[in-house]
Amino acid sequence: MSAPDVTVRRTALFCGVDVGASATKLVLADAQGGVVSQAVLASGVDYEATARQCLNQALEQARAAESELVATLSTGYGRHNVGFADSSLTELQCHGAGCYHHFPEAITIVDIGGQDNKVIRLDGEGKRVDFKMNRKCAAGTGAFIEEIALRLDLPVEQMDGLAASTEQLVQLSSFCTVFAKTEILSHLRRGVPVAEIVRGAFRSVILRVVEMDPLDGEVVLTGGVAAHNPTLAKLLEEKLGRAVRVPPFAQFTGALGAAILSARQAAGG
Amino acid sequence: VTEEKKAVIKKINSAKPMRQLMADYFKELDEAATTGSGKVAWCTSVGPAELLRALGFLVYFPENHGALLGTSRMAADLIPAANAIGYSPDICSYLTSDVGSYLKNNTPLTKAFGMKSVPKADVLVYNTNQCRDVKDWFAFFAREWQVPLCGIETNRNLGELAPHVIQDLTAQHEALIPLLEQVSGVKFDIDRLKETMASSYRCTLGWKKVLRSAEHRPSPITFFDGTIHMGPAVVLRGDPRAETYYETLAAELEQRIADGVGAVDDEAYRFYWEGMPVWGKLRSHAELFAGHRTCVVASTYCNSWIFEDLGAWDDPFEAMARAYTELFIVRDEDFKEGYMRSMVEDYAINGIIYHDAKTCPNNSNNRYGMPQRLLKQLGIPYVVINGDLNDLRLYSEEQAVTQFEALVEQIQG
Repeated sequence: MSAPDVTVRRTALFCGVDVGASATKLVLADAQGGVVSQAVLASGVDYEATARQCLNQALEQARAAESELVATLSTGYGRHNVGFADSSLTELQCHGAGCYHHFPEAITIVDIGGQDNKVIRLDGEGKRVDFKMNRKCAAGTGAFIEEIALRLDLPVEQMDGLAASTEQLVQLSSFCTVFAKTEILSHLRRGVPVAEIVRGAFRSVILRVVEMDPLDGEVVLTGGVAAHNPTLAKLLEEKLGRAVRVPPFAQFTGALGAAILSARQAAGG
Repeated sequence: VTEEKKAVIKKINSAKPMRQLMADYFKELDEAATTGSGKVAWCTSVGPAELLRALGFLVYFPENHGALLGTSRMAADLIPAANAIGYSPDICSYLTSDVGSYLKNNTPLTKAFGMKSVPKADVLVYNTNQCRDVKDWFAFFAREWQVPLCGIETNRNLGELAPHVIQDLTAQHEALIPLLEQVSGVKFDIDRLKETMASSYRCTLGWKKVLRSAEHRPSPITFFDGTIHMGPAVVLRGDPRAETYYETLAAELEQRIADGVGAVDDEAYRFYWEGMPVWGKLRSHAELFAGHRTCVVASTYCNSWIFEDLGAWDDPFEAMARAYTELFIVRDEDFKEGYMRSMVEDYAINGIIYHDAKTCPNNSNNRYGMPQRLLKQLGIPYVVINGDLNDLRLYSEEQAVTQFEALVEQIQG
C-alpha cells in the first residue's frame, strides 16, 4: 500500500482523531472522505498531547495550517480528552462510517482493538443495526498478542511473520490471558516451535471473535491489530470458510470515519 | 475538550420524608436488637414479610444492607474477607460483601443511622424464589449466632403456576408458624395476618402507581430514582407508613406530569434496564443518561416488588404463595420474554440495557439468547454491559459508557 497522495487538492479539510487504548490515529480528509494525510502515535499517558502531536504531523504532511480545518471529531476511549475537537462520537459509529466508505453495502465489521473487540453490523445504507463488544476481558484482543510476545520474549512486530511462517499450530485452550501464558510454558517445555505457539495464539484471537457473533454476510476486518497482523485475516477466512475484506490503512478506519462524520456534521447532516 | 455528557439530577422532594422513614425503621430495629425490646427476623427481600410482621417481628432485609454496601462502595473492600473464609468471589456479591461487613465489623449503617452493627437476628427466614444464595447467606449467620433458620423452598424457572406448585408453597408457608410462634412468643392470629397483607397490598398499589407514572412522556421518574425510592416497598411493606409514603411520592410525580416536568430535561429516548443496578455507579449512570436526553423509564428490578396477588388476602397463605412465586425471577424464559415485550410496549421503549451481573446469574437475563430473540421480535436495539451489583472490580466504566453512548447514537441514526 502506498502513502496517501498529499498533492490532492482540497476545498475543505476535516479532521478525525481516534484516541485508542494503545494508539492514537489521526486522519485529515476532504469532504468526500479522501485521505489527505494521516498520523499515528502510541497513545501514552497524555492523550491530549498525543492527539496534538498527531495533528501537527498530519498538518505538516499535508502542508496545511490548523486554521484550514473546518471541523474535528474525536473518537476512541480518549475521545473526551481532545481539546481541539468540536464534537465526539463513539468508535462504534466511526469505525462503521470508515468501513462503509470503503465498502458501501451491508457489512459486518470486526474491529480487533488494543484492548477490546467490536462487531458492528451495518445495513445497505450504512446505518448501524447492531453492535457487540467483547466481555470485560482482554483475551482475544491486541493486548493478548502483546502479552504472548512478552512471554515469548519477542518484539511484537515479529509476531505476524512467525505466525505466517508455519501451517502448524498448537491449541491454546484457555480463555484467560494469564492462563494462556501458563499453557505456553508447558508447550515450550515440550519443545514446540515458537512459530507454532504464535500461530496458535493468533488462532485463539480469532476463536474469541467468532464467539461474539455468527458473523453473517460480508465480513470486514479492521483495526490496528488486523493491520499489523495480516495473518489474522487469513485465519478468520479459514475459520469462516469465505473471504474477509480488509480496508486500506485498516488502523486508520476509525479516524477516517470520524473525519467523514465531522464533514457530515458540518454540512448539517 | 468535548464534554462527557453529564447532567444534573433533579431532586425528588419526597426523598426527605423517605429518608426519615428509613431512619425510623432502622432506629426501631436497632433498639429491638440492642435492648431486647422486640424480636428481630431477617427476611429475604421477596420472602414472607407479612407473616413475620403479623407475628410481631421487626423485620430486617439483608439485601437492603447489601445495596447500601454497594452504593457506599464499601463492598470491594469487604468481599475479600468473605472470600478468605471460603465464599467464592463468583457467588452473590451481596452475600460476600455482607459477610465481609460482619467479619470486619464495618457497616454503612453506622454512618447513615448511628448503628454499631446490623441488628442481630432471632430467626432467619428465606425464600429461595430468587436463588439458593440467599439461603446460604442466612445459613452463615444462623451458624454464627446459633439462631434458627427456616424458609420456603421454591422451584424456579416456572411457566404456568400449576395448582400443585401453589399447594406445596401454601403448605410451606403454613408450616413456618410453629417455629415462628416459638421464637416470637406471639400466638398466630389470622386476622392480623390479613390486616398486614391488606396493608402490604395497598403499598404495592402505591408503588405500582409510582412506577407506572413513567409511562407518561416525559417520564417524571427514572429507574435510578426508583432504585432509591423502592426502599419502603422492600423493607416496610405491611406497615401503613409505607402506604402513606407512596401516596406522597405519587402525588409529587402527578404534579410533575401536570406541570410537564420530566425527570430528564428534554427527554428524547426511553430505555429499559434489565437486571440489577450497578449500585456503586447509580449517580454516574443517572447523569450519563440524562446527559444524552435519555430516561431509563422502566426496569425488571423495580417492578419485582409489586405483589398484586397479595390482594387475595382472604386466603392469606395461598395469596402469599402466589405473590412470591409469580415474580419475573421465578419464571421461565417464555414468561420473561412475554413480560419484556409488554413492558417495551407499555413504556414506549427505544432501547434495552441488559446488565450481565457477574455474581448474579438469576438476575442476568441476557445469558440464554433473550436479547437476540427480542431484537428479532421487536426491532428494539440493545446492549449488554458486563458488570456486577456490588463488586466494582467486575465493571469496566469505559466499556460500559462507550456502549451506552453507542446505543444512543444508533437510535439517533
